[in-house]
Amino acid sequence: MASKSWVNFLAFFCGSAIGFFLCSQLFSNLLGERGDTQPNMLHNDPHARHSDDNGYSHLKGQVNFNADASQHKDENTDIAENLYQKVKILCWVMTSPQNLEKKAKHVKATWAQRCNKVLFMSSEENQDFPAVGLKTKEGREQLYWKTIKAFQYVHDHYLEDADWFMKADDDTYVILDNLRWLLSKYNPEQPIYFGRRFKPYVKQGYMSGGAGYVLSKEALRRFVNAFKTEKCTHSSSIEDLALGRCMEIINVEAGDSRDTTGKETFHPFVPEHHLIKGYLPKTFWYWNYNYYPPV
Amino acid sequence: MKPTRGHRLRLEQPGRERKMLSESSSFLKGVMLGSIFCALFTMLGHIRIGHGNRADHHEHHHLQAPNKEDISKISEAERMELSKSFRVYCIVLVKPKDVSLWAAVKETWTKHCDKAEFFSSENVKVFESINVDTNDMWLMMRKAYKYAFDKYRDQYNWFFLARPTTFAVIENLKYFLLKKDPSQPFYLGHTVKSGDLEYVSVDGGIVLSIESMKRLNSLLNVPEKCPEQGGMIWKISEDKQLAVCLKYAGIFAENAEDADGKDVFNTKSVGLFIKEAMTNHPNQVVEGCCSDMAVTFNGLTPNQMHVMMYGVYRLRAFGHIFNDALVFLPPNGSEND
Repeated sequence: MASKSWVNFLAFFCGSAIGFFLCSQLFSNLLGERGDTQPNMLHNDPHARHSDDNGYSHLKGQVNFNADASQHKDENTDIAENLYQKVKILCWVMTSPQNLEKKAKHVKATWAQRCNKVLFMSSEENQDFPAVGLKTKEGREQLYWKTIKAFQYVHDHYLEDADWFMKADDDTYVILDNLRWLLSKYNPEQPIYFGRRFKPYVKQGYMSGGAGYVLSKEALRRFVNAFKTEKCTHSSSIEDLALGRCMEIINVEAGDSRDTTGKETFHPFVPEHHLIKGYLPKTFWYWNYNYYPPV
Repeated sequence: MKPTRGHRLRLEQPGRERKMLSESSSFLKGVMLGSIFCALFTMLGHIRIGHGNRADHHEHHHLQAPNKEDISKISEAERMELSKSFRVYCIVLVKPKDVSLWAAVKETWTKHCDKAEFFSSENVKVFESINVDTNDMWLMMRKAYKYAFDKYRDQYNWFFLARPTTFAVIENLKYFLLKKDPSQPFYLGHTVKSGDLEYVSVDGGIVLSIESMKRLNSLLNVPEKCPEQGGMIWKISEDKQLAVCLKYAGIFAENAEDADGKDVFNTKSVGLFIKEAMTNHPNQVVEGCCSDMAVTFNGLTPNQMHVMMYGVYRLRAFGHIFNDALVFLPPNGSEND
């Protein structure tokens, strides 16, 4: 009847429309037409105290970044090589058993290769990595203990092997060539140390722990002796502040690490934070801590 | 009455079933017919595009960067001349939603182009741009190329088109183009093959010589060869449409590589390359990663653009001296250098 064929026609029409649509979806997926998709961007929020959630930094096996292989065949490294011999730096990296594979491994594969000597300091010894066992517990409150013991270890075993002694975290990147340029103007027998200078709490200022700091040979000697003679004690768990206070007590000078234009060379945060205007809010504590005015 | 009703009912039921059966079969027939039509259209559409196969053969699919030794053989004066003879005009296609990337790109690498202009789908108050008045990427691209050619054909010899997610090192681009004659039809970048068509991916940036621009512009008015709506039913990406159009002009896509065969134009970010390298070849992370003279990386956030700018142009390791055979200076006012 009329209504019957009308319904049939409608069904046919709907069917063909749906068939067409499904088919088109299938084809457009197959042909992979690129829509307005945002490319896969890495979202790194440096404020999150480095909890690498995607597990990509877990590496199986050796990682060699060929840090020493000269990629550029027209590169002249004579000056850098010269400084390597003249300004001997021992780096020790503050790490922990759970961070060896996650973080310290990457430090080892990259910038640490440019140190004259590198040591990884952990609460427990690890012969394979290798990492020195400081026989402490782990955690933020242990930082100053670990620091004291690490410097003691370095002093007892490697004092004559280097002129300068750099402490860095396992999430710090150090450009050794530039560090040597800075230190080349100073005598390692001078009692002095360098880093990102902060002004509060200590009269001569103290060096930010996160940005890393470097002690002269004389500074190291005095620091270790201070604990033997109890001029300094484990007064607090705030590593950088406590160390800064001790340095002042033992007359180790807080040096100026800025470049010739007055710009800072040690940075407590990732590059984005420092490069992008307004990234760090004006009310952030950081702006009141810097010893030197911004340039 | 009752029996007749019941009788009627019984009669209706098989009738209704038959009706439903015939409806569903109509429906199914409809689905099949729809799919067949759809498949037909797709194939026709593809044949139409693939039709652009010219008989001309071109020898190189892979273009290489110049050799260090070749450059050092050129005299000092000639080198100076050379470094000044490259004039690159940069086209960045943007949309209002890209505003933060746009800001980053404007502040960073585009300052090293001899001239950079932003072509926007619509007027955006915050930034100056050339309004192409369309949301369609292919139409945007066409209008941008036409505008650039009409206005600047005499002033620039190379035209570089990028998306705002791309970071480019223009000096490396110039070095790459060093011994290439812009009066030849060059169309290069990171190439991708799709069936018979080899095209330059817009994500990695597209480079056209002035000759290619000339030929392209003469074809833009020929709808059979360079239609505004290439795909018959669904959209074909703008980089593919460009390739088809250029093919009619006898211009073929070429993949740009350095002396080691590494891609110089990249559709991925450095971070992604490193991640992949750590999985695929953990012993050669840096060496296996990317070319030392890379021109582009894609997929950057605005913050990453600033970090790249710092890393490429400002941060230096003291005591490492690079004896570059040529120096390309960015134009005055590009403070980032």
